[in-house]
Amino acid sequence: MDGPLVIGDHTFSSRLLVGTGKFSSPEAMRDALDASETEMVTVALRRVDLANPEDSILSFVDRDRYVLLPNTSGARDADEAVRLARLARAAGCGPYVKLEVTPDPNYLLPDPVETLKAAEVLVREGFVVLPYIPADPILAKHLEEAGTATVMPLGSPIGSNRGLRTRDAIEIIIEMVNIPVVVDAGLGAPSHAAEAMELGADAVLVNTAIAVAGDPAIMARAFKKGVEAGREAYLAGMGCPGKKAVPSSPLTGFLR
Amino acid sequence: MTFFDEMQLHPWDQVEKDLMHRTTVDVERALSSDRYGLNDMISLLSPAADPMIEEIARQAQALTRQRFGRTMGLFAPLYLSSSCTNSCVYCSFNTANPIRRVTLSSNQARSEGVYLHNQGFRHILLVSGEDRKAAGPDYLVEVVRQLRPLFDSISIEVYPMETTEYRKLAENGVDGLAVYQETYNTVRYGKVHRAGRKRDFRWRLETPERGGEAGFRRIGLGALLGLSDWRIEAVFLALHARYLMRRHWKSQLTISFPRLRPAVGSYCPPCPVTDRDFVHMLTAFRLFLPDGGLVLSTRESPLLRDHLISLGVTSMSAGSCTEPGGYTQHDGSEGQFQISDHRSPVEIAEVIRRHGYDPIWKDWDAEFVR
Repeated sequence: MDGPLVIGDHTFSSRLLVGTGKFSSPEAMRDALDASETEMVTVALRRVDLANPEDSILSFVDRDRYVLLPNTSGARDADEAVRLARLARAAGCGPYVKLEVTPDPNYLLPDPVETLKAAEVLVREGFVVLPYIPADPILAKHLEEAGTATVMPLGSPIGSNRGLRTRDAIEIIIEMVNIPVVVDAGLGAPSHAAEAMELGADAVLVNTAIAVAGDPAIMARAFKKGVEAGREAYLAGMGCPGKKAVPSSPLTGFLR
Repeated sequence: MTFFDEMQLHPWDQVEKDLMHRTTVDVERALSSDRYGLNDMISLLSPAADPMIEEIARQAQALTRQRFGRTMGLFAPLYLSSSCTNSCVYCSFNTANPIRRVTLSSNQARSEGVYLHNQGFRHILLVSGEDRKAAGPDYLVEVVRQLRPLFDSISIEVYPMETTEYRKLAENGVDGLAVYQETYNTVRYGKVHRAGRKRDFRWRLETPERGGEAGFRRIGLGALLGLSDWRIEAVFLALHARYLMRRHWKSQLTISFPRLRPAVGSYCPPCPVTDRDFVHMLTAFRLFLPDGGLVLSTRESPLLRDHLISLGVTSMSAGSCTEPGGYTQHDGSEGQFQISDHRSPVEIAEVIRRHGYDPIWKDWDAEFVR
């Protein structure tokens, strides 16, 4: 029996978080969210017109159905990320924030130093903070101690579809921290999502692979299944892959 | 070492020879690599790559979709002043041309801004000729203060400035700088820029570096296509981009592809660039800069623009007017050049949607830096 995934005040039955960027239209995004059966949706604040309640992205995210997770994508340092998070909360986007501090515009790799700084401030101010981080176990521990709700280590650079290139470090993070581990970024196929869940990740976040698929809604459903399969395999207890075949008549069987 | 110093390591003739010597095998090797270095870029731009334009375009499309999704940014230029002290043979604002010079007051600039805001634009590009008396840095700061409440992103394409001047503009809310070298060929550069501060090749060449120092988030480069061999220009653009990416790693690079258009003075480009060459160059840049912004203006025809929506371009201007005040008070004064795509922003957005892309009016928030 699986325990619930709890982040902030919410209990989630879906372990798939979905992003809203890169879709060909707001309608395509809405249909993909629906098919994914996600319960938490992240939206880039820079894309949102906070002053305008009719904003094209927010109006397509049903707040009764999804917990809104505004993200600070585009922030280059802690100050900018904190400012964005405050603006979002003031505009009624709720207490959750996906903290992204990515000073380099090409690989969008998270800045560990500025992310920790921003997390400390935001936690103090009562935000539920989900930081996007490099797959670094020690940083994950620092963030846990700072009071973040999760850690979100990257599988590979954002949008790269390269899968779980940081597998070994993510395994250590899962072993070391006591808060949910959400693998974020780089998951390009449902099998990547399944792999992360098999390792024991608590959830995954997927955007590009769904948004740029030929049929985003079908891909969203495929990811949902991948996440569920990986989670069930983890709970069932995976057999350890060995290097060699194990003979069914063991050589030392006579010792019994 | 500035980019001027780096350029000295790559003599123009040497680059040309290198391009000419690339073979089909070089191009195939480049096309099969995971990451495209400068050496691959030279192969992709070489005449040997001409027959492989379809494969380059295919990879460019896939890469753009992966990195930017099915989205297209929209922006509009806002011309502030046609007053200019330079004499560039290809430009209507050439000081030698007998046109009426207009510089908008900051209130007039605001009216133009309100017009563009009402059209849906949240990102604008302020454009001006080089005349520090008519439109100096303090004037620009005042205009930016007027426009700031209307727009989420303001870029400038004016004249080269000192780092301290750029810093002041950045502090007041300008987040992007566009400055095109026009041509990286020093001889041709001297011939087409006949008077004014712009004659100083090095001063202009090192402008993007000063912009990077000043902390602009986006730095736009470009060569004015038609002034010299586009393949060689493209190699230098790639070199310039790589130089800036390594030093000013927090700024996003954008590349524009301004192609010479008819202007007052009827300058005839010595090295015209065909549509095929244009697409070749643009798609090769996508492979070289997977995350670079590629910008397309209304200089290009509707047909070409429509086809390029899905081939690597990430933002385009729409409904542009190249004369100061032209949006709200058209009075027959000259624009900087003639535009080719006269469709309205609403029409362009609809075309983008028809191609299966989402038109993006806002992808930034001025509050980031307030």
